[in-house]
Amino acid sequence: MVPLSYYLILGGILFACGVCGFLIRRNIITIFMSIELMLNGVNLTFVAFAAHWQRLSGQIFVFFVMVVAAAEAAVGLAIIISVYRTRETLNVDQVNLLKL
Amino acid sequence: MIHLTLFLVFGAICVAGAVNLLVQRHPINSALSLIAVLASLAVEYLLLGAEFVAAVQVIVYAGAIMVLFVFTIMLLNAGEEERTRGSRVAMVIGIPSLLIGGVLLAWVLVRHSGTEAVLAGALPGSPENVAWMLFHEFLLPFEVTSVLILIAIMGAVVLAARPEATSTGPGKES
Amino acid sequence: MLSVETFILVSVIKTVIALIVLLTAVAYTVWLERKVVGHIQNRWGPTRVGPFGLLQPLADGVKFLFKEDLTPPHVYKPLYIAAPMLSLIFALTSIALIPVGNVVSVGGIRTPLEITDVNIGLLIILGITSMGVYGVALAGWSSNSKYSLLGGLRASAQMVSYEIALGLSLIGVLIMSGSFSLRQIVDAQGGTFLGFIPRWNIFQGQIFAFFIYLIAAFAETNRVPFDLPEAETELVAGYHTEYSAMKFAMFFMAEYANMITVACLASLLFLGGWHGPLFGPPLLQAILPVIWFAARIFVFLFLYIWIRGTLPRFRYDQLMAFGWKVLLPLAIANLVITGFIVALKS
Repeated sequence: MVPLSYYLILGGILFACGVCGFLIRRNIITIFMSIELMLNGVNLTFVAFAAHWQRLSGQIFVFFVMVVAAAEAAVGLAIIISVYRTRETLNVDQVNLLKL
Repeated sequence: MIHLTLFLVFGAICVAGAVNLLVQRHPINSALSLIAVLASLAVEYLLLGAEFVAAVQVIVYAGAIMVLFVFTIMLLNAGEEERTRGSRVAMVIGIPSLLIGGVLLAWVLVRHSGTEAVLAGALPGSPENVAWMLFHEFLLPFEVTSVLILIAIMGAVVLAARPEATSTGPGKES
Repeated sequence: MLSVETFILVSVIKTVIALIVLLTAVAYTVWLERKVVGHIQNRWGPTRVGPFGLLQPLADGVKFLFKEDLTPPHVYKPLYIAAPMLSLIFALTSIALIPVGNVVSVGGIRTPLEITDVNIGLLIILGITSMGVYGVALAGWSSNSKYSLLGGLRASAQMVSYEIALGLSLIGVLIMSGSFSLRQIVDAQGGTFLGFIPRWNIFQGQIFAFFIYLIAAFAETNRVPFDLPEAETELVAGYHTEYSAMKFAMFFMAEYANMITVACLASLLFLGGWHGPLFGPPLLQAILPVIWFAARIFVFLFLYIWIRGTLPRFRYDQLMAFGWKVLLPLAIANLVITGFIVALKS
């Protein structure tokens, strides 16, 4: 039997890795993937608590998080493509001017 | 026993994938590690009895969203990330304090969460139950997220469209 | 209920048998294709190796094993080697969920004729299909050549687009059967109308869904008329241009295994699975459903090959326009009408 805290610790580790990636990495796409990692850590916590408190709302929330993640990924990747077309680089350190 | 073994094995794959995502220099390797994390998380959801959520995670997250990421990486031909100047002070202070904070948090959680275990399959997350809740209590958020996806589709198409030289379109420059 | 050791032993035996049968079926589907396409084109097809060319797959296998396995120097090695394995793994995994017959009793052990019956079986097969896109995309990219990249991108975009129509066309069947489990969907199709019309889903109003599913499955498996990404006259060979010998054989096997999975799903969901006239002693009665199921799969494979020999291929923009602008609205319309009718009936 697995106690609830194990699931929370796993979710926490995933979230922490996501935050580290978001702060450390310089490639826009990798930063985006760290955001997705954070969302997944939160999803795991939601599902663990849904099983703990025996309420199904946690799983429904996971649906909505996934939907929002999908919409955000689509629009975010479109923005990344536009940024690459104009700035010719994927390094966030070099996208630091409002006007070229 | 089997439950704990499965949890530990797939939890280890999750953590390894997450750390690999941080460490790899090429975005395609990070993307593949993220896919491994998502697939192991689907197994973890199965262990918690959320079977429909696990299936949706594989179909939507690992099978569609990550395909978008892989497409973008392939289309933009993103090469390896350049090495930037890291701060030595930050590494000396940051990594140990992160580990200490993490261990403290884990100890508090394990110590104070009691002995109730989360049973595998205790809460039937079958598609019928989830659908019942989704279309009865959460109907408004469901419809609103449908509109959200529609807006996201339109936004993505407009943003990623190649700027064609149209004579009637607004904004002639680039 | 079986004890744990018996269950594991029975499952391992079933897995081994299923894999052997699937790989043999893949090899002989290649033979069938070459013979049928040959006859359509007014020539014989393989005739020299064994009677009717029946040992040709064996000769092909030996050739693939002994061919020089060339790895071009400019490829991205880890993904270059992993991509065909990924393709093959995902193509072979869906056999684990396909039931082929009733529950049989072998030597006092009752076991259903499938490796496992999960109550979300259909969703898992859709998930495995979604993951199969990666083999193609990564193969195209890691080969580091223009033809491969274009072919890989086109093939994966095509697969992702038609996946949606594929899934939506199956929801009509789901609404009528009330379960995701493949065995329960087939069991709901037993019996007959008026004594002789079988109660298959295709006769219960899902005929449009059947055709939408078939067309989407043709596109999903990259077969004619949707095989632009891998046609020799278009993009050299698309995403498997740079592959030779065993890795190419893996892509080949993955494509035919996908075809067989599609044929299995179509027979289970729309044509009543393994239902058919049963007669004879109990041993025959246990084997007959499997034979009826195999007959249906053979019909679908023949249809695949027949269409390959007959139709020209679509241009890529025609293909994508068809998937998004025609097939998707039709699948949604089918879903809405089916839901409406089922709700009005109950």
